[in-house]
Amino acid sequence: MSTIAQTVAPYAADFRVTRSRRSVVWTGAGALLVVVVLAYFPYIVHSGTTAILVQAFIVLTLASMWNLLAGYAGLVSVGQQAFVGLGGYFVLILGLHGLSPFAALPISAIGCGVAALPLWWLVSRLRSGYFAIATWVMAATVMLIIEKFSSIGGGTGMPLPGLAGYGPTLLAADTYWAGLAVTVLALLGIYLLLRGRLGLVLTAIRDDEVAARSSGARIGLARLLVFVVAGVGCGAAGAVLAISQLQVQPSAVFSINWTAEMAFATIIGGLGTIEGPIIGTIVYMVLQQTLQSYNAWYLIILGLVAITVALFARRGLWGLVDDRLNVRLFPVGYYLRPQVAGRSSDGKDA
Amino acid sequence: MAWVNAIIQGVLTGGLYALFACGLSLMFGVMKVVNLAHGDLAVVAGYIAIGVITVTHIPVLWSFLIVVPVMAALGYVLQRTIIQGALDRGVLTTLMVTFGLSVVIENGLLQFFSANSRGIGVGLSLITASFSIGSQIQIAYLLVLIFAVAVLVLLGLQFFLSKSKFGRLIRASADDPEATQLAGADYRHVFGIAAALAFATVALGGIAYGMYSQLSPTTGTDTILLFAFAAVVIGGLGSLWGTLLGGVVLGVAQQIGAQINISDEVLAGYIVFLAVLVLRPQGLIGRRAQS
Repeated sequence: MSTIAQTVAPYAADFRVTRSRRSVVWTGAGALLVVVVLAYFPYIVHSGTTAILVQAFIVLTLASMWNLLAGYAGLVSVGQQAFVGLGGYFVLILGLHGLSPFAALPISAIGCGVAALPLWWLVSRLRSGYFAIATWVMAATVMLIIEKFSSIGGGTGMPLPGLAGYGPTLLAADTYWAGLAVTVLALLGIYLLLRGRLGLVLTAIRDDEVAARSSGARIGLARLLVFVVAGVGCGAAGAVLAISQLQVQPSAVFSINWTAEMAFATIIGGLGTIEGPIIGTIVYMVLQQTLQSYNAWYLIILGLVAITVALFARRGLWGLVDDRLNVRLFPVGYYLRPQVAGRSSDGKDA
Repeated sequence: MAWVNAIIQGVLTGGLYALFACGLSLMFGVMKVVNLAHGDLAVVAGYIAIGVITVTHIPVLWSFLIVVPVMAALGYVLQRTIIQGALDRGVLTTLMVTFGLSVVIENGLLQFFSANSRGIGVGLSLITASFSIGSQIQIAYLLVLIFAVAVLVLLGLQFFLSKSKFGRLIRASADDPEATQLAGADYRHVFGIAAALAFATVALGGIAYGMYSQLSPTTGTDTILLFAFAAVVIGGLGSLWGTLLGGVVLGVAQQIGAQINISDEVLAGYIVFLAVLVLRPQGLIGRRAQS
């Protein structure tokens, strides 16, 4: 019996393993350009526009985290609003102790990651469907406990302190940059995470959990890490939300609608790819902005679209693009590229 | 005496929670579907009951004669179309699709019927009447009736699944759909019937809750789905009588919590749920080694 390495060895010279069929440098440069342009926005557009973009940043961060959970680790969590709420409340608590909300933001995000550890210990006892409802109960319980503390507003919430010294223009711009920074760090973090060893394990879980387990992948540990990372990301988004709304209100920050939005955006855009949530967020924002005068209709339509996509186009809108063009904006897999002319290359990106 | 009263009220509301839970348990046991829209469908049933009573003026208690068949038919259709479609594509898809359904139903109700809460059963003597034991314990006939209905439903399900021919078919399809298909039974149809049964219990649960308390678009997830789930986990996955025990434990925990501090009712129930999850993840009377 020969090992795979022995079988492949004679052909090794014929192939080269690369991350992408095309050069990554150009996508990298493109992404950098987009970020630079976005960072310049507060100088050129109205604060109404930046407020809408802050909302988009929050949804994109949340959707990317949900994608990591459901799309890669196979964890359908419907309780991520627990971390959105905790992120907002950590900013509030630190603000009451005199810290500026912007300085409190990173601390809150890390705090949410720490809070994710005991919560994971609780909910990880149940699998798939029951895991989903357990996370929901977890979020409801966290909210009920937070509401018991009247010093942080009890059941009605309270305005965020420490923003009194800000002029409206500066506050809008700072909020925008904070949202942009959180989103860029979230996407960059996920990209680097998926390129590494953990990414390989997660991709294996995504494609076939049983096979991954029998190959010795440490699934439990990988899932714990993903849950903590998603806690940090959703917490950071929650902190940005609290700052952009200037107040923290339990029923608003712990609303199930956050999970609905992040899940729908991810499903519509495409599960299991980094690009999916970006596309999904664009669809979400377009629908939300056009239908905003019709109350809950945007969620109804978004939900119906998500159900349809989940049933009939499982890889989402990005999957449709990818099937035709075979492109990756964020290559995390590998390709085999032929060195010798005439030999076919049928490498698939993982 | 107040504590005895709390425990009695808790046991009786436990019957209501068991009624919520048995449909969830049945769908999971047979189809391996965790229906996240479970509670919202119960609210839909309650709203249909309100509509039926307003339009036809039939006695409130008899509204179930119309609502239960309607919901059972809806269950069959949903199972044969959306839920089976999702099942064919994997467990994750069923979760995403039923979660989507839940959000769509909840916001649809919000859009068409506003956020106002509404109850079933104006002017029926049974709903307000009660009998008393001693001076402090008052027991509403309605709660006793709901408890009795829950026990009857569980008995009926137990009997149907273990003794009847079709019950055997359902259990066979649950164990191995493909083998059942090879033996000549259409497992998709069997799943449809199982879903119809589950939705019938959902309808009873929705009507019962509408009589006992008030229904609003968010009741479906806030109360019905989460309490049903807590009852299932406390009792033990896959056991019908465990579901009743789980419902009773949840109900008692809530009433004792309310006795300590009226705003802690729900939290007390969840704390007991989390304690069971930590100390006895297989549930109070569940079997070990859940995969």
